[in-house]
Amino acid sequence: MGAALWMYVKVFAVGGLLCVLGELLVLKTKLTPARILVAYITAGAFLSAVGIYSPLAAFAGAGATVPLTGFGHALAQGAMHAVQENGVLGAFTGGITATAGGITAAVFFGFIAAVLFRPKPKT
Amino acid sequence: MQKSASRKERIAEYKELIARLTPKSKVGQGCLRAFWVGGVICVLGQTLIDFGMSAWHLTQAQAGTLASIVLVFLTAALTGVGVFDRIAKYAGAGTVVPITGFANAMVSPAMEFRPEGFVLGTGAKLFTIAGPVLVYGISASVLVGLAYYFISL
Repeated sequence: MGAALWMYVKVFAVGGLLCVLGELLVLKTKLTPARILVAYITAGAFLSAVGIYSPLAAFAGAGATVPLTGFGHALAQGAMHAVQENGVLGAFTGGITATAGGITAAVFFGFIAAVLFRPKPKT
Repeated sequence: MQKSASRKERIAEYKELIARLTPKSKVGQGCLRAFWVGGVICVLGQTLIDFGMSAWHLTQAQAGTLASIVLVFLTAALTGVGVFDRIAKYAGAGTVVPITGFANAMVSPAMEFRPEGFVLGTGAKLFTIAGPVLVYGISASVLVGLAYYFISL
């Protein structure tokens, strides 16, 4: 029980800190959210490739994998594992394969929501 | 007259104080809000992962996918009914940085540009922000895969 609780503390702290970094980037550099997302996914893929992100994900679980850096991490890990199994072809199949669930859910649920709902008037 | 002058002075002093304190506290407040909302979203993700692994006997990777799908679904639904925007306004990067930000960035423009039609409105605008994110993410993964291949030769 204690270990499980400690895990959630780590998830909360690391996930929160990654968001604070994003908030500082928004406030200090005027980066738009689109650029933040692109920066995070690219940084995540890079940190994953050099072996920094896997230990963070092992330490903080969803605190590291739910932020967009975790998306980049999943893409990079997918590509590297697929290269191990299928050679150079894996570089082209591994990334999307590993993240297919999230991407497909975003396209499908995003489409359904956009068809079903109207934008609310901005107040 | 004397009284109103001192009142004016006090107002000026007060405004100066506000001006001095506001920018700093705005950053502090923004960070605090981003921290706790972002943290809570990640904890929700971890709860889903733990649930998937214990109740449905999923692997870690499968449970992570389950968590992503559920978070994306919740974001799409909450964006549709207009609740997500209110949370996002409060939390700033706290909702942008997690996968919720990616999902919201797809639904919002798709919903807004629906009047331009199902193909070039809804269909195209789903990728206004998701497009660039996928372009850079996928390209990065190919580069990582290729680098890994050549290094391990």
